[in-house]
Amino acid sequence: MKRRDFIINGAVVGAGVALTPRLLAAFGRPAYPWEISSPFASLGQEPLTPELAARALEAARLAGATYADVRINRNRTQAVGTRERQITGLADNETMGFGVRVLADGSWGFSASATLEAEEVERVARRAVAQARANAKARPRPVELAPAPAHPNVEWRSPVEIDPFTIPIEEKVEHLFAANAAALAVGGIRFVSSSMFFLREEKFYANSDGTITDQVIYRAAVNMTPTAVAADNSDFQTVSSNTDLEPRGLGYEHVRDANLVANAAKWAESSVRKLSARSVEPGRYDLVLMPSHLWLTLHESIAHPTELDRIMGYEANYAGTSFISMDMLGRFRYGPSFMNVQGERSTPGALASVGYDDEGVRPHDYLIVREGVLNDLQTTREQAPWLADWYRAQGKPVQSHGNSYAQSWADVQFQRMPNINLLPHPDRDVPLDELIGDVENGILIDGNGSFSIDQQRYNAQFGGQAFYEIRNGSVGDMLKDVAYQIRTPEFWNAMDLMGGRSTYGSGGSFGDGKGQPAQSNAVSHACPPTRHRDITVINTGRSV
Amino acid sequence: MPNFLSREQAQELAGRVLAFSTADEARVNISSGEEGNTRFAVNQISTAGDVTDATATVTSAFGRRIASATTNRFDDESLRRVVQTSEQLARLSPENPEYLGELGEQTYVGGDSLVESTAELTPDRRAEIVVAVTAPSAERNLLSTGFLLHRTGSTAVATSRGLFAYNADSRLNFTTTVRTPDGTGSGWAGIGLNDVDQLEAGDIGMRAIRKAELSRDPRAVEPGRWTVVMEPTAVANMVGLMMGQLNARPADEGRSFFAKPGGGNRIGEQFLDERVTIWSDPADPRLFTTPFTGEGLPNRREVWVENGTLRTLSYDRFWAQRQEREPTGFAAGYYMEGGDASTDEMIASTERGLLLTRFWYIRGVDPRTILFTGLTRDGTFLIEDGRVTTPVKNMRWNESPIFMLNNIEMMGAPVRVSPSESSGLASATVVPPLKVRDFNFTSLSDAV
Repeated sequence: MKRRDFIINGAVVGAGVALTPRLLAAFGRPAYPWEISSPFASLGQEPLTPELAARALEAARLAGATYADVRINRNRTQAVGTRERQITGLADNETMGFGVRVLADGSWGFSASATLEAEEVERVARRAVAQARANAKARPRPVELAPAPAHPNVEWRSPVEIDPFTIPIEEKVEHLFAANAAALAVGGIRFVSSSMFFLREEKFYANSDGTITDQVIYRAAVNMTPTAVAADNSDFQTVSSNTDLEPRGLGYEHVRDANLVANAAKWAESSVRKLSARSVEPGRYDLVLMPSHLWLTLHESIAHPTELDRIMGYEANYAGTSFISMDMLGRFRYGPSFMNVQGERSTPGALASVGYDDEGVRPHDYLIVREGVLNDLQTTREQAPWLADWYRAQGKPVQSHGNSYAQSWADVQFQRMPNINLLPHPDRDVPLDELIGDVENGILIDGNGSFSIDQQRYNAQFGGQAFYEIRNGSVGDMLKDVAYQIRTPEFWNAMDLMGGRSTYGSGGSFGDGKGQPAQSNAVSHACPPTRHRDITVINTGRSV
Repeated sequence: MPNFLSREQAQELAGRVLAFSTADEARVNISSGEEGNTRFAVNQISTAGDVTDATATVTSAFGRRIASATTNRFDDESLRRVVQTSEQLARLSPENPEYLGELGEQTYVGGDSLVESTAELTPDRRAEIVVAVTAPSAERNLLSTGFLLHRTGSTAVATSRGLFAYNADSRLNFTTTVRTPDGTGSGWAGIGLNDVDQLEAGDIGMRAIRKAELSRDPRAVEPGRWTVVMEPTAVANMVGLMMGQLNARPADEGRSFFAKPGGGNRIGEQFLDERVTIWSDPADPRLFTTPFTGEGLPNRREVWVENGTLRTLSYDRFWAQRQEREPTGFAAGYYMEGGDASTDEMIASTERGLLLTRFWYIRGVDPRTILFTGLTRDGTFLIEDGRVTTPVKNMRWNESPIFMLNNIEMMGAPVRVSPSESSGLASATVVPPLKVRDFNFTSLSDAV
């Protein structure tokens, strides 16, 4: 990797570009090349980037900011969608811009623009400071930031083997068409949709504390959904590929490993079987939840309620608050003593993995639940000081966990969950068969389906993709119309066994929503299969 | 004025893009504007943002091979490259048998809701609006949280066959949730508008404050079938789920509620209470809808449901041709006709029921019946013998707008609401409050 030798803080660098302000005038020469020379190229390697970042920080300082950071992004995405034997969408998207966040008069200000030119960068920085001053009129208590070590000139890259943007579009389309054909070859399948999505995000970040990070993040997703329709149109059912596939922070190798063509018949056959599956009898069942399903229940009922901004009421108008309060740290029993929940951004290929977060903090691994008891919460630099008493009592430093994130240059960064994992059984490598073997009357759920949870994360309802009855210790027929309803604390305390290391799987999403304006976070959750006793199951099928 | 492309600037930009095209046919979609927001929590501003952006999406076709590419950089080189990228992708892609070519010149009605007061909204004025809620909340020892979002911008479509369409608009949304410090009470109020001068932030704040105070210490009632008085926001939360399914193709394909058993769709069938009439109209000043689709097809007045009967579904150009119908466009935003009952009269006529403010985490459960699940939130009250008597705990429901709109008892006067769960800049949505019987609650929630 190239080493750059510039100093951001306080430096005013001479401008080498035409100073045409605002987007209306931006019809001149391009400041940045379109072609990305290699997967290892990054914004930080282009000399203009640190120069513009320095100008933004300096303009903010001169306007009176006590802290400033700037994020410059170049994002490329590609989406390919098909149904049966035709394309439904083929789109390539590039967006580039920058956002400046400042503290002035104790308040945050944030301003962003697509025009990466010197005058615009300075105008936007000044606009952020003016906005912070306006905000200060309605902010009696000033923002304080936890100290964070400076990371001057550091780099990070997603562990990509094949840059998806180098793969010809024909190959991608042919791959999806071949998978569609394999699904349509299964009798009873009338429709199939399939898609691929790729992201390459270059993220350059600098702050007035001296941190400069240069990162390149990749994401890849591939999926398909066959639809079986009854001959008389009286019913239709689907089992999607999410029983086996999850989005990853990887390159095209993820698509090849997914092997859609070989697996299509499996999802198609499950969809057809679901048409004639027995509609579930509502009641109470023991549930065995596969990682392809459980990750979403974990996301909703553990990952969201342990976001500190929610707990403090900052998201009350949309995402909600939490059933957890700070005084439950060290006291609240989330689940049995073999339950450990970890926050991390370091697993290779997991969606929230990065080298540095969106305020320049290097994330570290931490335990949110330790031996069944609530142990820590998700934080940013603004939030870590709110937990100062707890950390001091534990003999821990008051520092951010590195959980700041913004979905794009146009959005302000705030607290977003890292990868949050339910760790496998700590004592022994419990196999899946052992979870099933002890169930008299239960249901095994594979894949994630319908999901909904209240704004404090107590009451949740989850569907799935494929449901199988468990009778006297063995997996039997397929079921349909299944959803279970839980109250979070009872649900995790009703878990009496989980799988061990060799059963550990994961799932994830690009679409974790929070904030106003709503932003999408990308996150993975690893977990073993689990068994929960005596859970309420409802039947969701109704006739008109 | 904010930074967005005027009609002339959009036309000039479209011309520059199309001049680079070597495809058989091409289209460019341009969007530009400024968006601003201020958030507040715990009675003070938490964050805010002001964003300037513009994008151009180029769609290129060689015969029936078609693809698109988007950029937000408008220098000549970037525009040339975005055209080339879309052409490269199009050449490599297989033929799309459903591509019907680009449209020529069209005529449009309606649109143009650019409002100067909204366009000129500054962070200072946003802070004043926020204080109109935070100050009275703090005075009453309550905690207010909320979100003000506005955007002024333009969209344009141009094709190589001579079509040019342009629309500028201003929109804003303001919502607040006020909570009691002990966490036992929560109240919400909000509105969507085009003109910030019509925003009565103090009134909205007082509605949320009143609900927060009245909702302290809720008691549990049994889930099951309840008569409910739904405020307009809750009605929009449900009706919007059905509006999203008004699509002819999945119906004709047998995978939608609107599919007719045995084949075809339900157009012409009475499927809702005969008092239900819902329409869209880009020329109606109450709706201010964009007058064209992304392809440049005109959005027209469409009566979707008239006196409970399905009058039409939306048809894109391909499906319309296939089914020998006119394409409908798709005017976002809708108006649901109401009745003359006031919410007070609905309550007074209810022996035992629930008063609902809004819904949360609404997710699909079964597309065959448009069955969704979700929860009540921020103001749920028990009605006994014609009076609101006590706050009740929130509940999860599993319900369909189809069942709900067959169980109407009373309807009130339609009003504009903030229909999106996230308080985003939704298209104008005007719906009445409703009194509905047999609303299906399936479990209790402890969430406040």
